[in-house]
Parts: sequence; C-alpha cells; structure tokens
Amino acid sequence: MNLVLSVLRQPESIRQLGPSEWDLLIRQCRHANLLGRLYERLRAAGLEAEIPDRPRNHLQSGAFMAEQQQFSIRREARFLREALAPYEIPVILLKGAAYVAAGLPAAQGRLFADVDILVPHDRLGTAESALMLTGWQSTVSDAYDQRYYRRWMHELPAMRHIFRGTTLDVHHTILPPTARLKPDARLLIEASVEIPGLPGVRTLSLQDLILHSASHLFHEGEPDNLLRDLTDLDMLLRHLGQDDTAWDGLADRAERLQLSGPLSLALRYTARLLATPVPVRISKRLGSDATSGIGRHLLDQLYDRMLRPQHPSTADGFTPLARKALYIRAHWLRMPPLLLAYHLAHKALFPPAQEALPAMDDKKAA
Amino acid sequence: MKVSELSRESFRARLGGEGVRLAAGPFNCRLQSGVSEIADELAHLYAHHPLIDDSAFVDFHVAIQPGHGLRRWVRPQARFVVDAIEPFTPLPRDQSLPMLEWGLNWCITAYSQHILVIHAASVARGRHAAILPAPPGSGKSTLCAALVNRGWRLLSDELTLIRLDTGELMGLARPVSLKNASIDIIRDYAPEAFLTRPVRDTSKGTVALMAPTQTSVEAVNTPTRATWMVLPRYRAGAEARLTPMGSGAAFLQLADNAMNYHILGARGFAAVGRTVDQCRNYSFEYSRLDDAIAVFERLAEDAK
Repeated sequence: MNLVLSVLRQPESIRQLGPSEWDLLIRQCRHANLLGRLYERLRAAGLEAEIPDRPRNHLQSGAFMAEQQQFSIRREARFLREALAPYEIPVILLKGAAYVAAGLPAAQGRLFADVDILVPHDRLGTAESALMLTGWQSTVSDAYDQRYYRRWMHELPAMRHIFRGTTLDVHHTILPPTARLKPDARLLIEASVEIPGLPGVRTLSLQDLILHSASHLFHEGEPDNLLRDLTDLDMLLRHLGQDDTAWDGLADRAERLQLSGPLSLALRYTARLLATPVPVRISKRLGSDATSGIGRHLLDQLYDRMLRPQHPSTADGFTPLARKALYIRAHWLRMPPLLLAYHLAHKALFPPAQEALPAMDDKKAA
Repeated sequence: MKVSELSRESFRARLGGEGVRLAAGPFNCRLQSGVSEIADELAHLYAHHPLIDDSAFVDFHVAIQPGHGLRRWVRPQARFVVDAIEPFTPLPRDQSLPMLEWGLNWCITAYSQHILVIHAASVARGRHAAILPAPPGSGKSTLCAALVNRGWRLLSDELTLIRLDTGELMGLARPVSLKNASIDIIRDYAPEAFLTRPVRDTSKGTVALMAPTQTSVEAVNTPTRATWMVLPRYRAGAEARLTPMGSGAAFLQLADNAMNYHILGARGFAAVGRTVDQCRNYSFEYSRLDDAIAVFERLAEDAK
C-alpha cells in the first residue's frame, strides 16, 4: 500500500488514518526522503492540527533538517561565488540547490546530499583548480573511477570541502556525453538567470530546471530518490502555471535540447501518479498520454514500481526485477553498448573495496 | 501490562516473531531479534517497561538479525536493522545486546530533530533534574548508575532529551551502559541491581548493561526541568568538590555535547540558552562514590 502517494494527492485523507497507518506513512516517507516535504504540504493545506503528536514529531524532524540545509545553501553559494568570481566563471546552481536559492515552491522540505553546479566545459579545469585552492577535495581516490568520470561523465568526481564537509558536484553538462541524448550545455548557460538578492549566483531557467529534472529522473539507475524527484517535477510544473505560452515554450525548448523524450515521460508519470495538471494539447504533442504500445506498457510496469517509496511495504513480486531493469535501462541510455560492456566487466573483475564503516557517531552516541 | 508480566516463553516468542512492542519514555519501540540468546537478559533490562498496543504508532522498528550467509555460523555476526536500513557494519554475535542499545541510541539521534539531543546522562529527584554531560572516561555512567541506586530517578545515561517548546526534559529510563572497571564498582556498590553478563572486546572495551530501577521506569513521564548542570570528572584520590561554572562556559559544554545543535540552528541556540539560564552550573571532581552521592544529596535538599 503506497500511503505517501495517496496523502500527497489528497492531503485531507490524513483525517481517516489510524495509528498503524500513520506508522506506515512515516516509514514510507522516511525511505523516500519525503518527511519534510509532506510536513510542508500538510501545513500548506491547513492540516497541521490534524496530525497526531507522534507522527508530527517525525515530520517536523524532517522539516527542521530541510530548513537548516536551506539556510546553509545560500551561504555555500556565496563561498562558491567567491572561489570562482576571480576567474569570471559564473556559479550556476542546479537541482535542489537551485530550487532553494531561487525560492521555488519545489524547495519546500527538500533535503539534498550535495550542491550541484554547472560550469562551461572549456572552463572546467580552471574551475576545478580554483575550487581546490579554496578547500574542495576530490572524494574519489580510485584511478579507474577518476579516469572514468573525466572521460565519460558529465561531471567531475564529487568534491568535499575540507572544513565545512559539504559535497559538491561540478557538471559541465546535464547528461553524460556518451548518452544517446545530447542537450547542448551552452544553450542552458545562455538562458540561465541571476537569482535576485544573490548577485553573481545563477540558476537554469525554470524551463531548463524542469527539463534537467526530467532527464535526470529518467536516466537514473538507483530508485531511492525517484519519488522525491517526481514530486520536484510536480511542483515545478505546477509553478509553470496554466499559461499556454509557457507550456508551448517548454515543449519547444525540449525539442531544441533533444529532451522531448524525458519530458514526455515526466508529464506522463506526474499526471498519472500525482495528478499534475498538464494541458491536453501538450500531452498529445509529446505523446505522454499514449495508452498503446508494448514499450509503453513495460515502462509503466517499471516506473509504477520504482516511483514508490523503496520500503518493503510497497514492494511486490516484480520489484526486484524492476530494480534490475531500471539499472540496466539507465546504463543503456547513458553508454554505447561496447563501452557499457567494458565498464561492467571492469566493475565485475575489480569490485570496489567494501569500506568498513565505523559505527556511526561511535565516539558520541553510545 | 508490563514486560515482566509476560512469561519467559511468550517474551521469547514475541521477540523472535512479530516483536516486543514497548514504550521507552517518549518513544514507542518494536524490538525483534533473530538472535534468541539475548532474550532473557533483554527481558530483565526492560522488565518494568509498559507494553503498548499492537496497533499503536511505533517510532522505531528495530531488529537484531544473524549475519548473512556463512557469517551465521563461522565467526558468527549480528546485524542491527531499523526498518530495513542497516546503519552499522555487523558486529560479533556476542555483542548483540550492546548493539541493540547502540542502535536505539542511533535511531534517537538520527531521527529526532524535533528535540534537542545532548550526549549526557540525566537523573532526577522529583521534578528537578541534573544533566551530566561529559566525554567518555570521565566517569559519567558510573556516577549516573550510583545515583540511580541511591534514590535518584534515571532519565537517561547516554542521551538527554530536551523539548524545544517547553524546555522540559524527557526521560528514557533505558539500560545504563557500564564499561570496564565501572562494572565491578557498581556490582559492589549496588548488589541488588541487575547487570547483564559482561561482553568483552567491544569497541568500548568490556560492556555490561544495568537495568533501570522500577521507579525510574514507572515515573519516566513525570514532567521534569533541568535544575543543575554538573560536569563530572573522576580523579583518583580527589575530594568531592563542586565548583560553580560561568554561564558562558556552561553554554559551550552543553552546545558542544548536543548531537543536533548544528541541525537545530536558532532553535538549538535558544534551547541550550534556556537550559543554562535555569540551571545552577558546576564542574565536579570526585573519587569516592559515597562522597559524590552526599554532594548530590545536598543539592537536592537545597532545591526543596
């Protein structure tokens, strides 16, 4: 039973939940990284007083964490600008950090593990050096992985700040260069917009944020945050409004960036699962409402399972298969077959060393 | 109904099956274990805790499970699982019981940002509580265990919980974790207390768990305010002595020991500030437990 989806679609339905359903809802939200977001959603719907105390503690716990992160992200953006400004490299925020810094509704209760920025490809080396000089270090030590990122990926290996501990992903485009779809990053940079109140810090335009979110979601091979990302898309699309020109603009932009495919899937599954209003004209144009076709049917089988909280209570007999299919699909879309075979063979022959994690907070808790 | 009212067999059956559902202060927990040998000691440790309804909301669904594959039999391991998540690497199977306690502590610190969580022991007399923050090795748990066996109520030996709205303390009354030499000290000091058999070679040395007293568990939800903040330090041969601490230093002690101070931001600052303001703050040096208890006794007298 997927309680998260039903409550996101109909917040008032919390009035009917008994203690054991609340129990399940909180567990599913925790697994989907949606505790904070659900709390904000219920608060916006004026339902805060209807949440029983115990579940409220957990929802609030998630919301407080998100709130604190949002506070620190603006500070982090200023540090990045200070690091890159001397080289005239703009700071262009992507994904969660962009929603927060730009104050979009999709920032509500959003937790994220890292800050993502986009840098022009020809300035990547300079940007990396500048960041290293201000305390950012690569987190990947394996030589194969370093080479793999630099040759085949759309981003540098993740960097972590030595004092603040924040993680940074430096992208030069939004999909791996080896992927079948090749959006032109220069177009994204040209259309980026400065954030009011944060001089020198930019985000992609709203249209491009939507297209990036869609292409990221439907190229992703790990299911853990897919539902959270779908709720991002839902909020971004609702923010686009009901204005026809905005939607036509979005579809035109998708064509220009070769991202009509991911956008079509995004519209299909946001409408299907979260009842996101999509103009009929647009879903016809992108074919996102298609009902026939064996490919569509298989994708529905896959995404209907993966766009759930990845909690045992929502799994069925096909979930393990869907997980594998998602992983294979993601790699298939991201790499040509020969490169994929080489990469998977390398990973099979030289599996990454299992890190023995120290018991968390060993020195403090317990 | 309390845990101790379950028969030995029924406790075992629940633990190995659907789980034992009990309340530890503000948290409802469901404990399961595929490692059956911990059942008897666990039942003693939580003897006085109330069982909760099967349909009640549970904050933490935790389990101890045997290691995967060969590690079930060869140098057997145990895993801590909270609702299908495994936050730690497996440990040797004979550390299952301490692992369950560490795991519950992990759940509280990882999932409770709606309260201020301080790495500190706390004990209470009536509605007045003393917070004892201190680094490992300072004798915090020993002192806490001694106080609990001399008329103080145990709130917690490891995690002190402070509400953000009212500033009140919330007790847990969960087992006290005794390490190394303090195990024998407490055995001598309070022969009537229930201690588990010591587990050797853990990351903290030898560990034994002491059951909270019945009164601690039964009165765990009594509204309690922090009245004293006492930073204890064991020094061989020292006379028991309280030294007043300035509020600035006391603030830093509490903030530094707060697990989620950085997450709570302004809320954390306000909660720590309020606690320091309402407390009398001391550093405390001691060597003999009886002297230490006498000092705390005088504190309690003054509060009346």
